[in-house]
Amino acid sequence: MSLSNPVINQEKPNQKHVEKEYKIENRFLVTWRRFKKNKAAVVGLIIFSFLLLIAIFAPWLAPHDPFVYELEDSYLPPSWDHPFGTDDKGGDVLSRTLYAARVSLTIGLVAMVITVAIGVTYGAIAGYFGGAIDNIMMRIVDAINSIPSLFLLLIIASIMVPSVWTTIFVLSITGWTGMSRIVRGEILSLKRRDYVEAARASGEKKSSIIFYHVLPNAIAPITVLATLDIAGNILAEAGLSFLGLGVQVPTPSWGNMLTAAQDLTTLLSYPWIAIYPGVCIILAALSINLIGDGLRDALDPRMKQ
Amino acid sequence: MTSYIIRRVLQAIPLLFIISIISFVLMTAAPGDPTDIYFMVEDAGSVDISYIKEYLGLDQPYYIQYLKWLKALVLDGNLGFSFQDNRPVMEKIVERIPATLTLMGTGILISFIFAIPMGIYAAVKRNSWFDYLTMGYVNLGLAVPSFWIALMALLVFSLKLDLFPAGGMRENYDQFDLLDRLRHLILPACVLAFGIMASKTRYMRSSMLEVIRQDYIRTARAKGLSERKVIFKHALRNALLPIITILGFQLPNMFAGSLFIENIFAWPGLGRLAYEAIFLRDYQTILGTTMFVSVMVVIGNLIADVLYAVVDPRIQYGKN
Repeated sequence: MSLSNPVINQEKPNQKHVEKEYKIENRFLVTWRRFKKNKAAVVGLIIFSFLLLIAIFAPWLAPHDPFVYELEDSYLPPSWDHPFGTDDKGGDVLSRTLYAARVSLTIGLVAMVITVAIGVTYGAIAGYFGGAIDNIMMRIVDAINSIPSLFLLLIIASIMVPSVWTTIFVLSITGWTGMSRIVRGEILSLKRRDYVEAARASGEKKSSIIFYHVLPNAIAPITVLATLDIAGNILAEAGLSFLGLGVQVPTPSWGNMLTAAQDLTTLLSYPWIAIYPGVCIILAALSINLIGDGLRDALDPRMKQ
Repeated sequence: MTSYIIRRVLQAIPLLFIISIISFVLMTAAPGDPTDIYFMVEDAGSVDISYIKEYLGLDQPYYIQYLKWLKALVLDGNLGFSFQDNRPVMEKIVERIPATLTLMGTGILISFIFAIPMGIYAAVKRNSWFDYLTMGYVNLGLAVPSFWIALMALLVFSLKLDLFPAGGMRENYDQFDLLDRLRHLILPACVLAFGIMASKTRYMRSSMLEVIRQDYIRTARAKGLSERKVIFKHALRNALLPIITILGFQLPNMFAGSLFIENIFAWPGLGRLAYEAIFLRDYQTILGTTMFVSVMVVIGNLIADVLYAVVDPRIQYGKN
């Protein structure tokens, strides 16, 4: 049998028939199927879900009120009443660690959302317009990248009054450069495609071409980088809070719980103050990195190493 | 080649220019200004601040202040004066450079010594237990905050086991004592290396995997060369090239890491200077240090790019 001539046979193919023959999986399912095969990524997902659950159910899990300090109970070693011991002011380390999961994860996630919004918009504009605009915009990104982000964070954090929201603000305005670079690169290569040319020829607005036609195709690298950004934000927040410029006591964060351990005698005599919050930071960053790597392999098999 | 280097140097100039603008904006945004010093003196009420502002040029529009500041910076290397002790910021920075360079240099050296063989071996023996162990370390190393690993190293190796001193750069102040210096240097340098080694190992491994897939390696194997020769004579050379770029790439991270490490180990370097300045709200010193570090990063990247072009003849000079 000869192939049907598309010019002569213009009848529409039977929709139901097509669905039966080719089971078209949507993108999410395909990604999930590939993601599941990566053991490390699944472990990461489990650890991260666990941390999220802790953060959500902290009030029910915590044995003590994390904001109450009992000064006569300071520096107690781990026991039944205080499984992780108590800190320098008599706060229960376990309860504070659980509540800190809320604070640290919220900061990481919210800062990521803002970072993505700024980075994607900036990168899309630079990539779409190209030429001199792109050149100037990317030089600015290069310059910001050359300033070690921790120094930039410290300066801005020291100018402002530290709190949870200023921490989020500081992380957002310093963290978007990586995203903008990736998005710009994707846009530069995508905008030469024929379908974008067609959209332009049909007289669509520039903003709708960027956000409706081009950006959805750059979703894979954006997702991966956004995931890895959460880990970066959590580490940066921990660093800022550790130095006393991020989240302020009594609000617990994994970083500021470690501040007391800077004192050598505290560190030697009461090491539990330093160990548990540190392990949580590592678990959070590690699990997110694993998820990010898994997503990269699942979303774009070509990038697999 | 020469034209490539010149072009690359010229590209760095707008970068430095933008960094200087960012620094200046942050400095004017910071609370307090140089006239605050006069309020610390007794009888401050009788001082005519407007006269001093005029004398210092603070009454002029910002762009003129910026140009004057830039001129002083470029011509005299003047980064302003510390609010804390009124010494030139540049002088304070310069006396801290050797300590930071020693720490970072040793850290880089240690990280190379371990990262390169580990990355190569993990790639050659892909999916072996060694590979999994290496990748496990890499994932962990990327997730551990440097200040936490510094605290733990301090706790275990110097407080519990008493193998190394807990901080400082030397104990023997009378003369130069190499052994004393090394004893103080090893722990902070290893902690710094622990962090930067992870991404180097990962980079080395994937770069090696990339190279051994290529045709010329298959040819070398087909010729009957021993595996040793194939890896070390043919593959290694090309796999090592990208490592040069990551050195420039990691510089900002390294300065950040050394800020924590210098602070925890009481190492008298640039990072500690910046940290102390932040708590004294000595904005001139913070910004001076930041500006200085950023310029070092730009120069470091420049050197890395030029080096890369020298070693890799395949690089295109024509574009970018």
